[in-house]
Amino acid sequence: MSAPGRDVAIVAFAQSDHRRRTDDLSEVEMVMPVLHEVLRQTGLKTSDIGFTCSGSSDYLAGRAFSFTMALDGVGAWPPISESHVEMDGAWALYEAWVKLLTGEADTALVYSYGKSSPGSVRDVLTRQLDPYYVAPLWPDSVALAALQAQALIDAGDTDEAALAALAARRRADAAANPHAQVTGARPQGDHVVAPLRTGDCPPVGDGVAAVILAAGDRARALCERPAWIRGMDHRIEAHALGVRDLTDSPSTRLAAERAGAFDRPVDTAELHAPFTSQEVVLTKALGLGDGVRVNPSGGALAANPVMAAGLLRLGEAAARIHRGESDRALAHATSGPCLQQNLVAVLEGDPRG
Amino acid sequence: MSSAAPPEQLKAPLVVEFPFTRSLGPVQSAFLTGLRERTVLGVRTGSGRILVPPVEYDPETAAELTELVRVEPTGTVTTWAWNPEPRTGQPLATPFAWVLVRLDGADTALLHALDAPGPDAVRTGMRVRVRWAAERTGAITDIACFEPSGEGARDVEPAPHTGEFDRPVTGIVAEARLDYTYSPGRAQTRYLHGLAERRTIGERCPSCAKVYVPPRGACPTCGVATTDRVEVGPRGTVTTYCIVNIKAKNLDIEVPYVYAHIALDGAGLALHGRIGGIPYDQVRMGLRVEPVWSEDGRYPDHYRPTGEPDADYDTYKELL
Repeated sequence: MSAPGRDVAIVAFAQSDHRRRTDDLSEVEMVMPVLHEVLRQTGLKTSDIGFTCSGSSDYLAGRAFSFTMALDGVGAWPPISESHVEMDGAWALYEAWVKLLTGEADTALVYSYGKSSPGSVRDVLTRQLDPYYVAPLWPDSVALAALQAQALIDAGDTDEAALAALAARRRADAAANPHAQVTGARPQGDHVVAPLRTGDCPPVGDGVAAVILAAGDRARALCERPAWIRGMDHRIEAHALGVRDLTDSPSTRLAAERAGAFDRPVDTAELHAPFTSQEVVLTKALGLGDGVRVNPSGGALAANPVMAAGLLRLGEAAARIHRGESDRALAHATSGPCLQQNLVAVLEGDPRG
Repeated sequence: MSSAAPPEQLKAPLVVEFPFTRSLGPVQSAFLTGLRERTVLGVRTGSGRILVPPVEYDPETAAELTELVRVEPTGTVTTWAWNPEPRTGQPLATPFAWVLVRLDGADTALLHALDAPGPDAVRTGMRVRVRWAAERTGAITDIACFEPSGEGARDVEPAPHTGEFDRPVTGIVAEARLDYTYSPGRAQTRYLHGLAERRTIGERCPSCAKVYVPPRGACPTCGVATTDRVEVGPRGTVTTYCIVNIKAKNLDIEVPYVYAHIALDGAGLALHGRIGGIPYDQVRMGLRVEPVWSEDGRYPDHYRPTGEPDADYDTYKELL
C-alpha cells in the first residue's frame, strides 16, 4: 500500500560482517553489536524506541525460542513494545512501518538474523514446504531453484552463460561491500543441481541486519537525508509449484504496483534474489531497464544470511539514499521456494538542493 | 577476575526430530489412498482446470473443491533439474532428476524424482510414467519415482471418480529429523569450562552490576554484553521450590523430589537445581545448600543441605 497520512523513513542501517561460520558466538552475541551500531548512528537508546520488531527462524540453528534470547541484546526492561515474525526481517519492517503509520509509535527498531552454520540450510528449508505432498521428498532449496532456472532456460529468458556473467557482475559489485561474504572473481564451479552451478547459488552463512524507522520531523532530526518509505506491499502465490508459472513473478509485480514503484522510474533496485536465475525473473517481472542500478551491494549472491537477507536489501537501498547515491530506490525481499512470496518497498530521498 | 583469552570452542551434536501426525482433508485423503491403490486422482476447479496433486481449496478463488477425477499414471516433464548428489530423505539414492510432471489429463504439474541414467537422457517435454513403490501406505512416496516412457502423449478426458476406497487413509506421520552441530558461544563456553573445574562462574553487567549465572552473553535489562567474570557459590540459598510427583520419561530419579530455585552466594539471580540429601517434605525457602558434582565432575548433579542455619528472608527476597 502507499503511505497514507504520515511520512515514515528508514533513518539508520547497520549489518554484521557476514561469515560462513560464527561458532564462537551465540545468537545474541552475534546480534548485539549490530543493534548497538544502529542505535549509535541515531544517538537513540533502547528506551527511546517506540516499537521493536524482529525476524528470525529457530529452525536455522535448531534452537527453540532463540529469538527470545536474542531479545536480551535489546535491553527489554522496563518492558518494551515488541513483536517477532518467523520470517525475513523485511516483514518485521513492514509490521513496524504499519505501527508507525497508525501513530502508535514514532520510532522503531527492526532487526533480523540468521545463523545457518550449525545446520544444513538446504535441508532445513525443506521443512517449510507442503507437508503432505512435497516435504516427504526433501527437495532442497537449490533443487527447487534449479527447476525454476531450467524453466527460464526453456523459455529462452536466459542460459548458463548469461547466468555465469550475472554471478560475476554481482560478486564484482560486492568488492565494494565490506560486509560481503563472497566477493570478486571466482570460478563458476560444478553443477550443484543442474543447471545451477556453485556460482549461481548464494553463500551459506551467518549474519545480522538492523534498521531504525522514524516518522516525520523525528526522522529529519535523526538523519540528514532520510529514506522515506513511499509505499510498501507484499503478495504471495500458491504454495504448489506445479500451479505457478515459475518464469514470472506476478506477486512481485503486484506488490510493486501497489507500492507505487511504477509511478515514476527508480534509479536503484536492491533485489533479494538468492539465485542468479531469480534475479532474471525479478528483473523481467519489474520491467527494470538498463538505467536502473541493480544490486550495487552484490545482493544475496554476496551474502545471504537467511531471514536477514531481505531486510539487508531495504537497508542497502536506504543507505544509498542516505549517502546521496540514490534519489528513488526499489527494495525487494522474498520468502519461500522459487520466489513464492514477495515484498516491494519504494524509498525516496528529499530533493538535493 | 577479568576476561581471559577465549577458551577452546565447545561443540556437540544436536538432533531435532519432529514426527508430526497430520490429519488429511477429504481431497488429500482420497489422493493419498488412491496412490496406495495405484490410482492417481486430481480435482476439478470451478474454471474446469484439473489440479494434480489435488488440493482442498482452489488456489485462485479459495472455493472448496470436491469434484475428483482419475488421471493417467503417464505424463510429460514440464521442467527438470539434475541432482548429482542425492541428499538424505530424497526419493532415490543414486543421481536423479527432479521433475515437475503434468500427468495426462491434468493441467498442473506434480513434483517428484525421475530415475534416468544421466542428464543427457532428460529433457523438458519428455514422456514419463509412474514407478510405483512395492509397499504403499497412502503417502506421496507411494510413487517411488517416475521413469522414462516410450509412449507418446495421450489426450485423455479424465473420468469422474468418487474418491471412495476401502480403508481410507485419514492421516500421515510426517517424519523429520534435522542434524545440527551446536556451539554455545563465548559466555556459555566460559561457563562450561568453569564447571569442568567445579567452579561456577557468572558474568557481571558493566552497567547495572547484576551477576548472571549462568551467563548468556547479554544483560537482558541493559542490552549490553556481560564481560567481567565473577566466581559465585559454591553455596547458595533455596529461594523457592516445587515438589515433582510425575516421573519424567528417560529420567532416572525417584519421585517425589524437589526442584528448586537456588541463589548461589554472589549471584544476581537464582538458577535451577534438584535438592537431594533431605526428605522432600523438609525442603524450605531459605535452606542453605551446596552442589554435589556429577560423577564425571562436569556439572552439579544436585544440591544438598550444608547444615548452616537457614538464610534470613531479607537476604534473598530480591532474588525470588
